[in-house]
Amino acid sequence: MALLEAENVRQCFGGLVALNGVSFAVSPGQIKAIIGPNGAGKTTLFNIVCGLIKPTDGVVRMNGEVITGLKPFQIAALGVSRTFQNVSLFPHMTVLENVLVGRHLHGRAGLISCALRLPTQRREEKAMIEQASRLLEEVGLAEKAQHSAGGLSLGQRRLVELARALATEPRLLLLDEPASGLNTKETDDLARTLRHVRDRGITLLMVEHDMSLVMDIADEILVLDFGVKIAEGPPAQVRSDPKVIAVYLGEKENVASG
Amino acid sequence: MNTTTRIWPRLAAFAAAAIVIQLSLSAAGKVYYLTQLTMAVYYAIVVMGLSLLMGYAGQVSLGQGAFFAIGGYTSAFLTTHNMAGYRGAVWFDLLDKCGVIVSRKNLYDDTLVLTVAPWLAFIMAILLTVVIAAVIGYPSLRLRGHYLAMATLGFGLIIHCILIGSPALGAADGITGVPGLSVGGLAVSGKSAVRVQNYYIAWAVAIAVLVLLRNLVESRMGRALRAIHDSEAAASAMGVNTPKLKLEVFMVSAALAAMAGSLLTHYNEGIGPSESSAFKSVRYLALVAAGGMANLEGALVVSTLLVFLSLRGWFGTYDNAVFGIILIAIVALAPQGPFRQLGLWMNRYRSLYKPGKEARGGAS
Repeated sequence: MALLEAENVRQCFGGLVALNGVSFAVSPGQIKAIIGPNGAGKTTLFNIVCGLIKPTDGVVRMNGEVITGLKPFQIAALGVSRTFQNVSLFPHMTVLENVLVGRHLHGRAGLISCALRLPTQRREEKAMIEQASRLLEEVGLAEKAQHSAGGLSLGQRRLVELARALATEPRLLLLDEPASGLNTKETDDLARTLRHVRDRGITLLMVEHDMSLVMDIADEILVLDFGVKIAEGPPAQVRSDPKVIAVYLGEKENVASG
Repeated sequence: MNTTTRIWPRLAAFAAAAIVIQLSLSAAGKVYYLTQLTMAVYYAIVVMGLSLLMGYAGQVSLGQGAFFAIGGYTSAFLTTHNMAGYRGAVWFDLLDKCGVIVSRKNLYDDTLVLTVAPWLAFIMAILLTVVIAAVIGYPSLRLRGHYLAMATLGFGLIIHCILIGSPALGAADGITGVPGLSVGGLAVSGKSAVRVQNYYIAWAVAIAVLVLLRNLVESRMGRALRAIHDSEAAASAMGVNTPKLKLEVFMVSAALAAMAGSLLTHYNEGIGPSESSAFKSVRYLALVAAGGMANLEGALVVSTLLVFLSLRGWFGTYDNAVFGIILIAIVALAPQGPFRQLGLWMNRYRSLYKPGKEARGGAS
């Protein structure tokens, strides 16, 4: 059974049809990429999956359960986490605290036990800090733990955001242009990290413009154009699809440079 | 974490400062200053509660004055309203049996006055305010943006009109003759015999509130609050139940305002409708800004100082204007709060004397 399933998703913003009856499925354990020119509706689709937008029409299911209409925090509790296109860290908090917010779902301490620092809360807090620190080590930012998140480079911020998303222990991780703004070396590191994440059993759905990265790591690609799905399948098949070449990849030179 | 361990020296400093102030005022023969200081410390509790809501969670409330007044008026009404006429009614006898009714003699005509016990009135004051806050906050906090500020502003104006227009609540005169609140040998009361004791009671309450709020902001829930402030969408996507948490914190801040309102009413032996005016709510907002927004210690120190000066009449007839100007000045000149801005200016000043280094205030 598919982990995530979208059926006939339609999204209108006033007169603009951002998504027009898009259906797709993500199987557990795969890396699926959504590509398409700017304005194709990729980020809109993400926002629908994670609950920031309620679609005009259509249904999204997570593990068979309908999630359209749920709030983002409810969808997060079902095992969907995400990163944002423009990196949405909490800039006034430290790097460690950012990742700790990712552990929020797995904590239980409420306002009162936090204010009183009850023993259960202190134990939970200690465990949370250990888990968050381990994640920061994994992404190679352990020494930045006490730095303000607002002061990091873009590449580092993306890594913190990834660690924060992983801290929620998602089953499905949505990555919105994880490689944008990264240099070649950082992109290579990212590819390795993402494979590592997939090998842990986390399913990945990503929007990405970096074609070489997409072709390199994606198991399946979904191509959107003006809110319509024009192709779906393994990289080799999508790459040779005449429709994709016509509307998205364009001429040969662009493929090489992109 | 680091920040929580650092709180104890600061608490010791607060306690030491409180003691030094009391001793030097007593030595100088100016013990009466302690009365205004005690009041200022109670007002600072309102400001700390608003700092939690506004500075940490990023939700603006212009209803703190109204919550303070609801707390104070509830206490005042319950402890002054003579229920002698209800004697014989089943519910009254039941309350009497539970020991929550106190009796005293009317000062003027020696008749018997039966009222709710002050400690129960204090609890009722907080509970009632929290319920009202939940009703106001529930619809407005489900939305993102400044709906809470608008809703609380309107709410505050309504409460002010109700208080001024209700003869049962003393209309424009408010309620006087409120008894002290005594618990286990300690009395929150304006009697000059217990002035020093009350000064320390106020500090003890304020420091306890400070510790609890500090614990809160450094915890799982506090991080979630600050996350909401920075990016509500990201906080929600990470699983933070943002509407619920915002509502809870709003209720906490209202409870603290009500607690301060009730305590101060027992201390002042009365309360008037001016406490609920929009000026008061704006004043609390200005004090949060002057304390450094997300800075509980700053809120405590700055509001104790400024409110003390205000109560001593330093700002004369310009009282409300002074707090308005403080708010404007902070927003325009030091949006990160005066302390941080001072630090930035000092860094810039210092770096002027370091050759080869550019003067950069914001980099850190």
